[in-house]
Amino acid sequence: MMHRKVVLRVVSKFLIPPILLFALYVQFHGDFGPGGGFQAGVIFGSGFILYAILFGVDMAKRVLPPWSTRLLLVVGVLTYGLTGVAGLLLGGNYLDYNVLAHDPLHGQHYGILIVELGVGITVAAAMITIFNVFAGQTGGD
Amino acid sequence: MLMMGAVGLAIARIRDLFAVSMLSGIFSLIGAAAYVVLDAVDVAFTEAAVGAGISTVLMLGTLALTTRKEKMGGGKSKSTAAFLVVAVTGAVLVYGTFDMPRYGDKIAAIHHHVVPRYIEKSGEEVGMPNIVTSVLASYRGYDTLGEVFVIFTAATGVLAILGRARRRREDEEADEGRSGTKEIAS
Amino acid sequence: MQGIVDAFQPLYDLWLSFEAFMVGPASPGLLGYWIVIGLMMTGFYIVIAHDNLVKKIVGLNVFQVSVFLFYILMAKVSGGTAPILAEGISVYSNPLPHVLILTAIVVGVATTALGLALVVRIRNAYNTIEDDEILAVEEEEDR
Repeated sequence: MMHRKVVLRVVSKFLIPPILLFALYVQFHGDFGPGGGFQAGVIFGSGFILYAILFGVDMAKRVLPPWSTRLLLVVGVLTYGLTGVAGLLLGGNYLDYNVLAHDPLHGQHYGILIVELGVGITVAAAMITIFNVFAGQTGGD
Repeated sequence: MLMMGAVGLAIARIRDLFAVSMLSGIFSLIGAAAYVVLDAVDVAFTEAAVGAGISTVLMLGTLALTTRKEKMGGGKSKSTAAFLVVAVTGAVLVYGTFDMPRYGDKIAAIHHHVVPRYIEKSGEEVGMPNIVTSVLASYRGYDTLGEVFVIFTAATGVLAILGRARRRREDEEADEGRSGTKEIAS
Repeated sequence: MQGIVDAFQPLYDLWLSFEAFMVGPASPGLLGYWIVIGLMMTGFYIVIAHDNLVKKIVGLNVFQVSVFLFYILMAKVSGGTAPILAEGISVYSNPLPHVLILTAIVVGVATTALGLALVVRIRNAYNTIEDDEILAVEEEEDR
């Protein structure tokens, strides 16, 4: 089956890097235009899912093994939660970003950036995990 | 939005589940267009990425694991009863809309309370042009934390429900002398 | 680039006339809500009238999207723009429903995935995804 999808595979090889790059752009440009962690996570996840569909789940698992996506899932949630704890330790309220830097505005910037990163990691990891589980059922054909 | 209605009706009628999952992708895409014209660009972005991409893929994955065709039948009386229930509920809801604020109304209750502060002050307090991002991550940080946990839990749940069955199958394959994995990888 | 923008002009004009109708004197300004209700009832009908579990989940999705649309409709302010701060603009749409729905969409897909996983598991256990056949198998086992 695989050798008949040459065109799709070549085109997707061109497409996947821009998709991942665009996801990162959406992630870090969310402060200024539409975008943010949720969208970026979904786009990043769909980049990997496209790869998995065209090259087989086993190849995709070699790029990003299942344990790593599960780890990322936890890392994303913890990034968000611990940012709140960091605010707590620095003398503010939970999830209060004003204390993260000397200037409240900068603190807000850092806080939102880190929190959005946590959201993005969680969403991307969740999407890839869910897809892997579904696709793994059939044996990746 | 009228197009969304038409696609929704098509989803209700068509019994080929493959066509239904494709139609639900189209449905989300039209929905995204509707969000753009209603000035909700962030939401449109999300809907386009999620609805047209991931959920269609998941739907097709499920169909590959189950069946493609919906069984015929279900009974005439059942669908008539269902239609009656739906019609009555819909009529009640339409009656309820007569007290709703009109479309695009500036003085609707929803636009007061905390929202003016988000719009006027977020530029100084958070310093980000995109109000949606500052509300999402800063003013409503707890909300978003909760949502992230829901996503985390859903992914964990999927792993708990299906991950185990797959591992058992992999073990069986390993018992058979690791046949089959090589050819897939090539 | 301008050519592409111009190509969408008729579509945009169509929307503008629809919007004018929605707020104008010809309609009571509730048309959007009625479309939402129509969609919601479509989803509701799919959920209660169909036995197929995948179809039920699609129905729930339709229902969900109708609720999203309802929130976004309420957030719209006449003459407002997207809630991104810019020079010279003073009227913005309400950002709060946008935030709620933005997260709800992603949560929605995650929970849909959970539901589909349950469907797959049910299929593994009962070898069918039709509601009535599952009940028949259950009764068979009880006997």
